[in-house]
Amino acid sequence: MSERYGWRFGVVLAATWLVLMFLVLPIFVSAPISLTPERFLTLPKDAVTLRNYENLVTNPNWTSSIWQSLVVAVVSTLISTTLGTLCAIGLWRIASRWSELVRGFVLLPIIVPSIVSALAFYRIFVDLRLLDSYPGIILAHTVLSVPYVVITVSTSLANFDLRLEQAARNLGADMKQTLRMVILPCIAPGVLAGAVFAFISSWDEIVVTLFITKLNIFTLPRRMWDGIRDQADPTIAACATTLIFITILVIGSQMWLRARRLKAQSQAETAA
Amino acid sequence: MSSSAGTIALETGVPRGPQPSRINPYWVLVLPLVLFLVVLYLYPIGQVLWISFSDPEVGFQNYERLVTNRGILRMLGNTFRICFITTAISLLLGYLIAYAMAHVTERHRIWILMFVLVPFWVSVLARAFSWVVLLHDNGIINRALMDWGLTTEPVHLVRNELGVLIGMVHYMVPYAVLPLYANLRGIDPRLVSAARGLGAGPFESFWRVYLPLSLPGIAGAGLLVFILTLGFFVTPSILGGGKTLMIAEYVSVQILQTVRWGIGAMLAMVLLILVFLVFAVMSRVVDLRSMFGAK
Repeated sequence: MSERYGWRFGVVLAATWLVLMFLVLPIFVSAPISLTPERFLTLPKDAVTLRNYENLVTNPNWTSSIWQSLVVAVVSTLISTTLGTLCAIGLWRIASRWSELVRGFVLLPIIVPSIVSALAFYRIFVDLRLLDSYPGIILAHTVLSVPYVVITVSTSLANFDLRLEQAARNLGADMKQTLRMVILPCIAPGVLAGAVFAFISSWDEIVVTLFITKLNIFTLPRRMWDGIRDQADPTIAACATTLIFITILVIGSQMWLRARRLKAQSQAETAA
Repeated sequence: MSSSAGTIALETGVPRGPQPSRINPYWVLVLPLVLFLVVLYLYPIGQVLWISFSDPEVGFQNYERLVTNRGILRMLGNTFRICFITTAISLLLGYLIAYAMAHVTERHRIWILMFVLVPFWVSVLARAFSWVVLLHDNGIINRALMDWGLTTEPVHLVRNELGVLIGMVHYMVPYAVLPLYANLRGIDPRLVSAARGLGAGPFESFWRVYLPLSLPGIAGAGLLVFILTLGFFVTPSILGGGKTLMIAEYVSVQILQTVRWGIGAMLAMVLLILVFLVFAVMSRVVDLRSMFGAK
């Protein structure tokens, strides 16, 4: 499809790129604001400064939030990746009517609106005395991120030949050995992708966090949330810009790798 | 799939210890997560459900408010209106992008995908923040409008329904694009060529051949976006500035500020039931499992 497009499709393309500009518009806003020398949110006029970035990495409020978010995200990712991967493998191997039901059940936390989850966690953490504590927020984030692991690992298992597992079993491996030496190495990229999803979902989570934390735990999203409501601190702009920049870096490198792989593939096909 | 270990035991005819149980041993892997979720998720949701019937006293009085309380009725009306408008606009814009993606060269497609995926992955708070900065009375857009002499007074673009709609459409367009694109890619382009060959104009062949073929994609994407908008909390609450209450924020006000658990829990349950209903409709129209990437 390398021929030139007709004028009608040209109109479609022009409109498409207009919408795409709308989609990326906010991305270009926070960067200039983050350079403002003023004490409030405004575009810099005469001078620019990196003071807001300095504040982000030196102000104890912001640094403690960054660390707290990191700790919560790392621990909940470890738990949800372990539980989710085991569950996905089990469901894949069982593949019955019951396992389909269970599959639906473990996806529940991403189907249920986050406000309902927030109420549920709030309710039970009052009883368990886990409000505003690390164990509380880690458990809640684990529940919310585990479906992403199950989905990603399941996708990766769908491309994995069931006969490899059967061969291992026939050769005398028990379930543990099969798991460790055959299945897990083959689906490792899927598990890693699941862990990345879980990490992002915890790192970015705000609604449940708003309900179950108060002063002890103050994650980065919570700090941003408060800041946006007060609309005072340009450090939020520095924070938002950093987050956006990291996102672009990660997505961009992934797309680039994919494009390169596609290119290599098509070249290999032409050569063959 | 039958258990391979069981088959071998039968073939060799050697009795191996106790009779192999009927239950697949792989349930051992599934069980930890299921127990974890039952205790930490299903049980507390059940508690919330119970509260909706029992606080302040046992009965249906919380649910009665759904039809008697004017404030709640108005809030529900707002929620549905905003959700329908958001869904419609997101579908329209999403279809445009998905259509373009399905008809451009591979290189061009990757660029478009990049412009869809980057905002998709950017933190929802970073996006809400940027919209506030753009749309605020002293924000970038209003400053520009006044500098250019287009208006003398700032135009209220945020802390109202307009702001909520802008932010929500922005958030939802990628969710519309991805399923729509998957659907449009599956449409055989030769069908459109055939329609053209049989004498249909470009508009007619789109309207009468291509569009009907993409209806399952439109339905799937529309229902998905609708579900997500129904329970959306962050963007409406930041861009609505407390003036345009939708159901999720209303629930949070009931619980965290006025501490009326009965009403909050009731509305949370109404939201949950609505989402499940839409999912039930969705499962009839589209293959949910392929949408969730399972199999």
